[in-house]
Amino acid sequence: MGADHHGPAKGLTRWLFTTNHKDIGSMYLWFSFAMFLLGGSFALVIRSELFQPGLQLVRPEFFNQMTTMHGLVMVFGAIMPAWVGLANWMVPLMIGAPDMALPRMNNWSFWILPFAFTMLSLTFFMDGGAPNFGWTFYAPLSTTYAPPSVTYFIFAVHLMGMSSIMGSINIIATIMNMRAPGMTYMKMPMFVWTWFITAFLLIAVMPVLAGAVTMMLFDIHFGTSFFSAAGGGDPVLFQHVFWFFGHPEVYIMILPAFGVVSEVLPTFSRKPLFGYSSMVYATASIAFLSFVVWAHHMYTVGMPIAGELFFMYATMLIAVPTGVKVFNWISTMFRGSMTFETPMLFAIAFIILFTIGGLSGVMLSLAPLDFQYQDTYFVVAHFHYVLVQGALFSIYCGVYYWLPKWTGHMYDETLAKTHFWMTFIGVNTAFFPMHFVGLAGMPRRIPDYSLQFADFNMLSSIGAFITGFSQLIFVVVLLKCIKGGKSATDQVWDGAQGLEWTVPSPAPYHTFTIPPQVR
Amino acid sequence: MLRAQHRRRLMAGAISMAALVLQPALALAEQVERSDTNMRVGATDVSHQVYDLHMFSLWICVAIGVIVFGVMFYSIFAHRKSRGAVAAHFHESTKLEIAWTIVPFVILIFMAVPATKTLTDMYDTRDAALDVQITGYQWKWKYSYPKEGVEYFSSLRTPRDEIDNLAPKGENYLLDVDEPLVIPAGKKVRFLVTAADVIHSWWMPDFAVKKDGIPGFINEAWANVPEPGIYRGQCTELCGKDHGFMPIVVRVLPEGEFNTWLASRKEEAVEERALMAQNFTMDQSMERGKGVYEKVCAACHQPNGEGIPGAFPALKGSAIAMGPMEGHIDIIVNGKAGTAMAAFGAQLSEVDLAAVIVYERNAWGNNVGDMLQPIDVANFKKGK
Ligand code: HEC
Ligand SMILES: [Cu+2]
Repeated sequence: MGADHHGPAKGLTRWLFTTNHKDIGSMYLWFSFAMFLLGGSFALVIRSELFQPGLQLVRPEFFNQMTTMHGLVMVFGAIMPAWVGLANWMVPLMIGAPDMALPRMNNWSFWILPFAFTMLSLTFFMDGGAPNFGWTFYAPLSTTYAPPSVTYFIFAVHLMGMSSIMGSINIIATIMNMRAPGMTYMKMPMFVWTWFITAFLLIAVMPVLAGAVTMMLFDIHFGTSFFSAAGGGDPVLFQHVFWFFGHPEVYIMILPAFGVVSEVLPTFSRKPLFGYSSMVYATASIAFLSFVVWAHHMYTVGMPIAGELFFMYATMLIAVPTGVKVFNWISTMFRGSMTFETPMLFAIAFIILFTIGGLSGVMLSLAPLDFQYQDTYFVVAHFHYVLVQGALFSIYCGVYYWLPKWTGHMYDETLAKTHFWMTFIGVNTAFFPMHFVGLAGMPRRIPDYSLQFADFNMLSSIGAFITGFSQLIFVVVLLKCIKGGKSATDQVWDGAQGLEWTVPSPAPYHTFTIPPQVR
Repeated sequence: MLRAQHRRRLMAGAISMAALVLQPALALAEQVERSDTNMRVGATDVSHQVYDLHMFSLWICVAIGVIVFGVMFYSIFAHRKSRGAVAAHFHESTKLEIAWTIVPFVILIFMAVPATKTLTDMYDTRDAALDVQITGYQWKWKYSYPKEGVEYFSSLRTPRDEIDNLAPKGENYLLDVDEPLVIPAGKKVRFLVTAADVIHSWWMPDFAVKKDGIPGFINEAWANVPEPGIYRGQCTELCGKDHGFMPIVVRVLPEGEFNTWLASRKEEAVEERALMAQNFTMDQSMERGKGVYEKVCAACHQPNGEGIPGAFPALKGSAIAMGPMEGHIDIIVNGKAGTAMAAFGAQLSEVDLAAVIVYERNAWGNNVGDMLQPIDVANFKKGK
């Protein structure tokens, strides 16, 4: 460091050795975008194969590798790192802290990821190919019957878990210790609150995932039988352990989305967030409930009826706090003075489409109905509505919202709106028809289907391609905005509130070296 | 001599099968009213309950959506800055918060009550008139009637050429099997679902039955189908390469016809066991072995015997397939623990085991040239 400790170092070492939350945040976001394009290209292979009945492009064994890797890359490579990136950039700026609490660990938790995903991607070139047992990797398909690459997959999952745990420890430490004077917990911005809760979820469940893959490792290489009935184990145990991680995991991906939307709506409605404290309590209750509903992913494994009923009722309960959130958002918009810049469009689309995903979630929660929905395209439609139209849309929402603060330039609004509308049309064309084919009886994760599903599948594929290629518009918007464009004011949006808007645009390399005073 | 016997048996079989299969097949309509956009009403009382509950909760969701989005769109229209809207400043209302916590809760109770009732019905597997055991294999189903000693495999019948787009696709593309499960109409049938390798899931939408087959465990489900007919479904748990190619077909027969069918299957099982004592010639073994191989082994080891590198070894030129007979019988009969190679000793008859081994040793350029008789396989098994 030495003499020049106010600006970034030059060249590659700036990125390799940086401990600056803004640099690390940017790296997370770039990495996430790269993974999004990779996972998206897998999705396009899937949708190309499913364009028509019959096997055209790929063999079933490769198709299974595509569905598996699409899920893994999108969940662990695209959505989660995008949130950590946004947290890195924005949490210190929103609470008036100069940086994250544990900057060196921050560097490390990022740099683990490229190695984890390089290793995961290289499994494509191994004998037997990449993991092909679905992103949920149910044993014994993922143990006794797995390709040899499963060991590398296990190692990669361990690395991702370490990265997430370190990231969340850092976020919790930052939020608890580095808030500006006067920023009490109940004055924290919603994005900070939701991430605070998310970080606790991550610390609680990533070790459980690590436990699951370690048991797999032992079953595969060291002769144990955790998941094999022949040796006294139980394949269903795997599912319990996996979903004890997996269900909170879906809230890990969606809680920060609630935060972003709760920041953006008040800004563009020019009206304070409705029901701030009930938003905080709703988030906390969703997080709590997320620990006691895991077996709703397993209604068909043959649980006793008492178990089915418990998980059904608990799952239905989640609709209550989630409803509170949606009603609060709508009341925030009500009698506001709204304008519809790109972040606001993404936020509104989020509310509508996430609510659709939430409502199909209520239907799925009903155990007797789930016997007809489970493992069909209805489920695929449901979780894409909450993860694409939910999590991804709110990531775009946040990125457009804060982009002027990061680059110091306004992005091209027309192009950005084009990006929004093309994506909006694309995802709905892709995912809405999946409700229909699912109800009509099409199982998920199949490379070929019977003729009655042909029309809607073709439509879905067209939607997927529209979605995929529309993301190239975003690349253009982004590059243009980094290069130049209208200068952004410090305030950027006239309705924006909060500490991040008090620093100059672009945000200087070091901010809040003197803590601001919150009234 | 063997030929003649064989043919006679085939003839008898063909005639009885023609009587049993063809004639009801003409009368048995496809019972599914397939909708392209919605859940099927299905054929049983339980499936009707499920359908009604599905429509009920769907309409509740639609109503909630209309109200919520209605308010939102009104607001988007009326409270926009470009229309001169000035922002209000309210940001709290305890009354509202309480209302929109309690109202959804009450709505949920209205959904939970019928759901609990339907679930209780689905779980009531008592007093079944017939038990059928369903076992999932990579990638076929085995159906057995334990009390009658009848069991058989059911696998995809759609020709490869249709899947590879070399022939036009038939009406029941991917939803057709060689031997459907057969059950009587109007009787409560209990399904005991399990699996032999990985997890599968047996789904018959028209009965609203979906149960995972889990290796080492047995799950229960039931159906009482009033109308004879043909019903179709698929495996719904990812089970490896050919997960998309293991459909489920159930033929529901009037009780009398069902009993005749079951009796003839019993007889066939007895005749099949009689074949054990016979000596096969090389040609006969090769012919039978080819059939067994293509039906049972080709999914993994491929029709040309070349396997899939990294996943399934080639049998063409394989040291085991061309090596000492003992080792070869061993891997087929006992499988190889910890791999996808199952113990086929429990799946195939001695006749089929002997035939497929002979076939492997002498197909695709393998040229060991030795013979194996069903009795040898039986002795091998006894020696174990
Ligand atoms: C579900 C997939 C699957 C099916 C079906 C299957 N096999 Fe295998 N088979 C395997 C695998 C995997 C191995 C390799 C086991 C190992 O790791 O040694 C194997 C190994 C073998 C070997 C030893 C080959 C060698 O050189 O190591 C023979 C012989 C064999 N199988 C014959 C058969 C026959 C005959 C059938 C049909 C009755 C059959 N297999 C059905 C998966 C399968
Ligand atoms: Cu299966």
